Amino acid sequence: MSAAVDARTTAGPDMTSRLRHWAQRNSWTLALLGLFVVILLLTYLIQPTYGAAQLQGLAVGVMPLAMATVAQAIVVISGGIDLSIGSMMAVTSVTAAVLMKDQSEAAAIPVVLGVLVLGLILGIVNGTLVVITRVPDIVVTLAMSFVWAGAALVVLPSPGGGSAEWLSGMVKGPLGFDFLPRALVVLLVIVGVIWIPLRRSNAGLALYAIGSNQLAAFRSGVSVGRTKVFAYMMGGLFSAFGGLALTATTGIGTPVPGGYTLLGVAAIVLGGVSLAGGRGGLAGPIVAVFVLALVRTDLTLLGVNSNLSTVIQGTILIGVVMLGSLLTMRQERT
Amino acid sequence: MTTQAGMAPSGGALGVAERTRRLLRDRPLVPLTALLVLLVILIQLAQPGVVTQSWIGSTIRAAVPLAILGAAQTLTMLTGGIDLSVGTVASMAAFIMATQTGTLGPGPAIALALIAALVAGIANGIGVGVFKVHPLIMTLGIGLVILGLMNVYQLIVVQAGTNIPPIVDWLGSGTTLPWLPNNLFLFIPIAALIILGLRFSGFGRLLFAVGDNAIASRLAGVRVWQVLLTLYIISALLAAVAGMLVAGLVKTASLALVESLVLPSVAAAVIGGTSIMGGRGGYSGTIVGALILGVLTSLLIAVQMPEAVRQILFGAIIVIVAAVYTRIVDVG
Repeated sequence: MSAAVDARTTAGPDMTSRLRHWAQRNSWTLALLGLFVVILLLTYLIQPTYGAAQLQGLAVGVMPLAMATVAQAIVVISGGIDLSIGSMMAVTSVTAAVLMKDQSEAAAIPVVLGVLVLGLILGIVNGTLVVITRVPDIVVTLAMSFVWAGAALVVLPSPGGGSAEWLSGMVKGPLGFDFLPRALVVLLVIVGVIWIPLRRSNAGLALYAIGSNQLAAFRSGVSVGRTKVFAYMMGGLFSAFGGLALTATTGIGTPVPGGYTLLGVAAIVLGGVSLAGGRGGLAGPIVAVFVLALVRTDLTLLGVNSNLSTVIQGTILIGVVMLGSLLTMRQERT
Repeated sequence: MTTQAGMAPSGGALGVAERTRRLLRDRPLVPLTALLVLLVILIQLAQPGVVTQSWIGSTIRAAVPLAILGAAQTLTMLTGGIDLSVGTVASMAAFIMATQTGTLGPGPAIALALIAALVAGIANGIGVGVFKVHPLIMTLGIGLVILGLMNVYQLIVVQAGTNIPPIVDWLGSGTTLPWLPNNLFLFIPIAALIILGLRFSGFGRLLFAVGDNAIASRLAGVRVWQVLLTLYIISALLAAVAGMLVAGLVKTASLALVESLVLPSVAAAVIGGTSIMGGRGGYSGTIVGALILGVLTSLLIAVQMPEAVRQILFGAIIVIVAAVYTRIVDVG
């Protein structure tokens, strides 16, 4: 728990030891990244024509899930869980789609900003309810998933609406050269600009603190309630990004939440975030989303029945988590 | 906490408010039943004359599968877990039963459905009990695996068609004495077994013990993994029974048949006073919780709320009930 903090403040003075520290701390993420590269190489072996266009498609396809995963990761790091992320994405997606339909390109800018604010508000509502009712997070957010899903249906009863050209353009195609998908850059920039300063700030430290030991955090002067609300607020914000990504990639709004909530939970676990809270970062979960998506692509390329690939994905998820807990158990024993 | 402790009356005599609070805390069934009655009165006011014997019958008939899924959820929640695979397992059992009845006959088809559920339960139990995977992740993953397998299976048996065995049809949708639903014949023994089992059997007490403090129970000699394995098997079998009853009720089976009942089943257990953190709760509350959700749904339909508003109110009510509960239980 405090290891993450110590490692950051007391990193070795010289470059190599600092690098080693960094690699040690991020071993899980680096391993996942290695796995991703291996699977990517496999993909080329299976389908030699797999190239830039397909990579761009992959990046566009994973964007909503990646945002949902980031949202879930922040909440879980703070020791909670948000089962309403999929529904919040639905609300924000349909709101954006309804407001942008038949509007000028310029009018879409305030809409996008407004939708992000809406996400913040939804998150604040979730967090405030968790804090003031003292009901377990899982119950509150489960119930709120009904509320937000209902709200999405009120906004837009059936799929429709539209998306501004520039918003859809932001995720399509390459940036600079062919092998750098624009969607990936947009994703990394959004997450990086928000998360990197946050993680280094007091608020970010407080997130990890209440996630690893709420009582200890309280006794060291962290405002637990306020930090929790903040975590859910960030969850709401990234859900709004996810909703916008949905609208941008599909061009419409769909009021029925997809399976993003639970897939996001799966991805963060695969990405090295402990469901107990206080451990993990955002890089691992994002890589995990790409790994899961690429595995699916490979299975499709291999001609595996798409249903069987669901089975394989589920098995991978369980297998990885089992392996992780086996390793932890062995560590505890020695 | 501290502020509320300060509010507690000093001296020997307890205030009326405090005494009511304790009654509510120790007998959660009292306020829950009051809420249920209140909802029934509301629905009668909203639409005079709607509350008839047959309305009561059909409300109970619809609530029974939810209550059985709620049983699966209650038992897993008592150990601090959750079973999100109940919907998939229930749909799977119903689908296997419906597609195999034509070729194998009703008895073997039902047996096959239960065996499939047993395998799912063993998988969940091994993951949670032996490998200590978080129940949320384990049951979610198993749910994905089953869904994929069932989609493949569906393509294989596509020409078999679905037949609901007469006995399941009778149990699921039939009524006796014009309005008494037949599924009660199955439900009452199950409910009695669970309620009495939780209170009087060693296994029931082990569930509470593991949920209260898994480490302490392990140190006290409990083989926690065996308890969890048995628990998830029971949970899967209950889900299978609920799935087949739903198939009997709607007279068809599909792979998404019971999926919409998963979150309400968690809600029923939570409303019924079972703590998701484990160690506290019971099944009688869940039954009333399932009935409350059933009556609530028909109330919202009676006042012609659109589906969207219904969902919003549904969620809001769960939060409010759970919040009130937590307030009551936390004091003292």
